Amino acid sequence: MAKREFDNYFKMTLPALSRNESYARAAVAAFAAQLDPTIEELSDIKSAVSEAVTNCIIHAYADKGGKIELTCRLYDGGIYIKVRDKGCGIADIEQAMTPLYSTGPQGECAGLGFSVMESFTDRLKVSSAVGRGTTVIMEKKITKKAVV
Amino acid sequence: MKLNITRGDKYLCAAIGGDIDHHSASEIRIRLDGEIQRAMPSMLILDFSEVDFCDSSGIGLILGRQRLMESVGGGLTVKNPSPAVRKLLMLAGLSRLVT
Repeated sequence: MAKREFDNYFKMTLPALSRNESYARAAVAAFAAQLDPTIEELSDIKSAVSEAVTNCIIHAYADKGGKIELTCRLYDGGIYIKVRDKGCGIADIEQAMTPLYSTGPQGECAGLGFSVMESFTDRLKVSSAVGRGTTVIMEKKITKKAVV
Repeated sequence: MKLNITRGDKYLCAAIGGDIDHHSASEIRIRLDGEIQRAMPSMLILDFSEVDFCDSSGIGLILGRQRLMESVGGGLTVKNPSPAVRKLLMLAGLSRLVT
């Protein structure tokens, strides 16, 4: 990734509780609103953050709780989002990112978390170590509005 | 999250409101499955008119209910999804369920 000049950032740690999923996506969306995104761009950001945070809760920590670190940075033309957990880690990232692959209950987990993150952002990077945790980095470009 | 379930002649209509995510999906699932097993409808209509947000947990919810409806010989449709939900349904290959 090219070095960027970041204009603004926030960092927060939140407990891996399912009721924090809506808070996390709302916080990132509110922060991204400074860039005047379109409704679709904002919706994409919310979806991607929701998937990343949900993965921490149900996969990394298996609903047993833990901490999620959320870091966001705004730069000229987009937002950088990092979601980090210190959970079980992913043994095979490629397999985990395969569309429709899920270790969740059959027929209840769509296995689309990473597909949504990948499709709804412009860049996705996943790094993980078994027993140490996972870091998901996403970037979303925000369209510059024409000055009238 | 809001869920209003109405019964009709051989169909069940579930009007969902608010956010559908991993947190809310389990409650919707429990209530819907109970009603499906009681009413044994031939069609389940998921009305998404009032859904403000939906992530892949919502897709899991739809897939699970589709499976359940198929197991009782019925079908499922999704009504009035927002453009954002339509985009997600398209990604999941479920556009055919939208009416």
